Order: sequence, then C-alpha cells, then structure tokens
Amino acid sequence: MLKIDRSVYAAIIAHAGSDHPDEACGVVAGPVGSDRPVRLIPMTNAERSPTFYRFDSIEQLKVWREMDDRDEEPVVIYHSHTSTEAYPSRTDIEYASEPNAHYVLVSTRDPDQVEFRSFRIVDGLVTEEDVEITEHPRPGRG
Amino acid sequence: MTIEVRIPTILRQYTAGAKSVVGAGDTLSELFGDLEARHPGLADRLVENGMLRRFVNVYVNDEDVRFLGGLDTPLTDGDQVTVLPAVAGG
Repeated sequence: MLKIDRSVYAAIIAHAGSDHPDEACGVVAGPVGSDRPVRLIPMTNAERSPTFYRFDSIEQLKVWREMDDRDEEPVVIYHSHTSTEAYPSRTDIEYASEPNAHYVLVSTRDPDQVEFRSFRIVDGLVTEEDVEITEHPRPGRG
Repeated sequence: MTIEVRIPTILRQYTAGAKSVVGAGDTLSELFGDLEARHPGLADRLVENGMLRRFVNVYVNDEDVRFLGGLDTPLTDGDQVTVLPAVAGG
C-alpha cells in the first residue's frame, strides 16, 4: 500500500495538470527504508511529449546524488498519461528499475475526474496497490 | 590506474551488494570489460550489441557519456563513473 500525505498527492496532480498535454514526471523522496514519500521533486520531461517521458539525465544525477547525501531514496516515481488510463504502459514496465519504488500513474485525460493509481513493478510484473491519503503528516526526522 | 564506478541498487546483485567498485581501462568500453572479469553479468546489463543500453545512464565526472563519446569515451586515472537506471516510459 502507498500512504501519501494529501499535500504531496495534490502537488503531483497539480504538476500533471500544469504540464498537460505533455506528460509530467517526478520523484517523491523519503528516508531510506521508511516507505514515506515526503519530499516532492518535480522533474523535467526531457522528451516534452504527450506520449513519452524521460528524466533529464543531468538533472537526475544531481537529484539522485542529493538523495544519497540526505540518506533518502526514491519512494515514489510518478508520471502522467495524458490520453490513456493511469496504468503502466509496456514501455513503463520495460524501464521500471526501482523494485522498492511505488510507481504512481496519474491520468489527465479527463480534467474533471483525476485518476491516481499506484503500482509495484518488479521483473516485468505489475501489481496494483491501494493508495491511502493521509491528512496529518508526521513531522520529518531530518 | 583506478577508476571508481558507482553502481545503482538494481545492479548490485552483480557486485555482491557493493555500492561502488573499482576498475581500469583507457575507455569506458575497456573499463566495462575489466569490471566484467570480476563481476560477471554486469557488462551485459550495460552494453548491448556494442552500444550502451537505453535503460541506463552512464556519467563520467558528472557528464552523460551520450554527449561525450559513448563507450569510446576516454578515461584517465581518478575519473569517477556513475551508473544510474534511466527513468523513462510512455
């Protein structure tokens, strides 16, 4: 199950909405082993495309190093689909390389009805999980 | 010659869990060959048909090797190589 604070949940949806009709992408970092997504890091979609996304490689290196320095890991890796359902595409599955991450998909195809779903993707196997939106963030530990 | 190579979580199964390993080579291609001798299976996850796999990003001193010379990128003693999984999809 993905537990995510409402402010982070809302910020992901807002990012997806503002980048529409291109796909939006980003990371939510959290302390290593905590499974708590607390620090939202919107990333540049280097593809600037309505059908593909790719983290800008130089930005990714900077962000990954910063997470390392802060003893964080990518707890959530998110991106949006702009005209299809919030379910991992074949390409999403091919690229999925963080077995501990929650892969969040947001669909912006219907602006009035947000789809926000979370998946584990391990060795090509997709497993959907429940999303619990929490209202009272616990204070961060660092 | 010693070059430090940082390994991402997903590839640490080839390095007995080590976050970084050291190797040698005058080019990235040679370095990967050298690493393969001690960490069998690793090179196959980085290189396919003589090209860098699209699923990985490789950096030499913080520069993406796709904008340098790819696998022919020259290396010198003390260079730092970082491997990250590319984050992409459709």
